Amino acid sequence: MANDTMTSVATLMRDSQKEILADWVDQQLKDPARTQAVPESSLRASSNEFLSIFQEAIQKGNLDNMAAPEWEGARKMLSELSASRALQGSTPSETASFIFSLKEPLFALINKQLGAGNIASSEAIVRYSKVLDQLGLYTFESFQKSREAVIRRQQKDMLEMSTPVIKLWEGVVAVPLIGTLDSARTQIVMENLLQAIVDTNSKVAILDITGVPTVDTQTAQHLIKTVSATRLMGADCIVSGIRPQIAQTIVHLGIDIQDITTKALMSDAIREAMERTGWSVIRNTSQES
Amino acid sequence: MVVKSQESRAIKNEDDIAVVRSSVKRVVALLNFSLVNQTKIITAASELARNVLEHGGGGEARIELVDEGDRVGVRLSFEDLGKGIPDFDKAMEDGYTTGKGMGLGLGGAKRLMDEFSITSNSPSGTKVSITKWQERI
Ligand SMILES: Nc1ncnc2c1ncn2[C@@H]1O[C@H](COP(=O)(O)OP(=O)(O)OP(=O)(O)O)[C@@H](O)[C@H]1O
Ligand SMILES: [Mg+2]
Repeated sequence: MANDTMTSVATLMRDSQKEILADWVDQQLKDPARTQAVPESSLRASSNEFLSIFQEAIQKGNLDNMAAPEWEGARKMLSELSASRALQGSTPSETASFIFSLKEPLFALINKQLGAGNIASSEAIVRYSKVLDQLGLYTFESFQKSREAVIRRQQKDMLEMSTPVIKLWEGVVAVPLIGTLDSARTQIVMENLLQAIVDTNSKVAILDITGVPTVDTQTAQHLIKTVSATRLMGADCIVSGIRPQIAQTIVHLGIDIQDITTKALMSDAIREAMERTGWSVIRNTSQES
Repeated sequence: MVVKSQESRAIKNEDDIAVVRSSVKRVVALLNFSLVNQTKIITAASELARNVLEHGGGGEARIELVDEGDRVGVRLSFEDLGKGIPDFDKAMEDGYTTGKGMGLGLGGAKRLMDEFSITSNSPSGTKVSITKWQERI
């Protein structure tokens, strides 16, 4: 296809932007895959923005490689659009058809300009079809990547939420661990705990493992690492919630935890922590049963 | 000895180890093992499954319910086609590790269970089988 035909499509698009826009938005609103996640007004705005960027890019003449610098603006816009749609709860096919639905209005325009059914218009349609396919796939992939990023962030949020550090008393913080203590979890527990020790100026940290179903050598290593890190911060660490079956398993595995202060119950650990920080708990005699 | 039932679990990643643990947990709860013994078996399974993943490059766990008339039990086999173990005695030693572990997994699994056997797979790889028994009630 001659270059002048390509630029003429670009010029044509610029001159009839309003017309294409109306057609295109119409297509999108009619799309059976459309959810209500994206309101019409923002759909119209994005469509208008894309038409300007697209028209500018094809003006530069590179219709083969969408990874080229000429297409950077288009790629940037499409990946931002995908990211915001992933957050808004659009479906992948709805997001990809943002681009695919441009085919019909664009091809109608080409036919109108170059005459339907002749070589020039068929060639133009084939070329622009490829361009839009590439951009559509790019949008689809961006959408997937955004979804994955959202999922990863949610997983991280969940991890953080499930490992809260609690200030029990002046100078005493505690982390009730629930679930499997894998490497990712340990990292988060450690970061949160060390930060809390600094923030609250704590001298004792209690790690409660009542909610940890099994302690194998890996879990034990993670616990030992966490205890060492709290010591480096100048705080003592007490591991509590060691149930009888866990104690026996640790002994059979041959894990040496002599260096670590352990308590069967969290309440024992709290008492110990209070004592170490100079507090004592006294029961009012009149309340004794 | 009669094998009453068996199931297999692939071990390809960290999540699969958790799957092995929960499958073992379901089976041992079925056999009415005490809580202490359940925990021992699940922990031993966790160790050997992690060895398959970390040292054997992945493999499979087989969980079997076995019956010997006056007693029933659970037999767990862990198989991989990895580099194998050149010296069993050394590998069994507490504290011996070629990785970053504590070197307690194999010895620990042996102490946690009633029976323990380790064999070389041909042409390469490792197979570890462990069994725990329970008097029939
Ligand atoms: N399936 C296997 N394939 C190859 N080598 C193995 C396998 N299992 C164990 N080994 C070898 O035996 C050594 C001892 O294993 P063991 O499980 O006792 O300790 P570890 O895995 O190194 O550390 P830990 O289990 O305490 O976290 C390993 O370091 C490894 O060299
Ligand atoms: Mg091991």
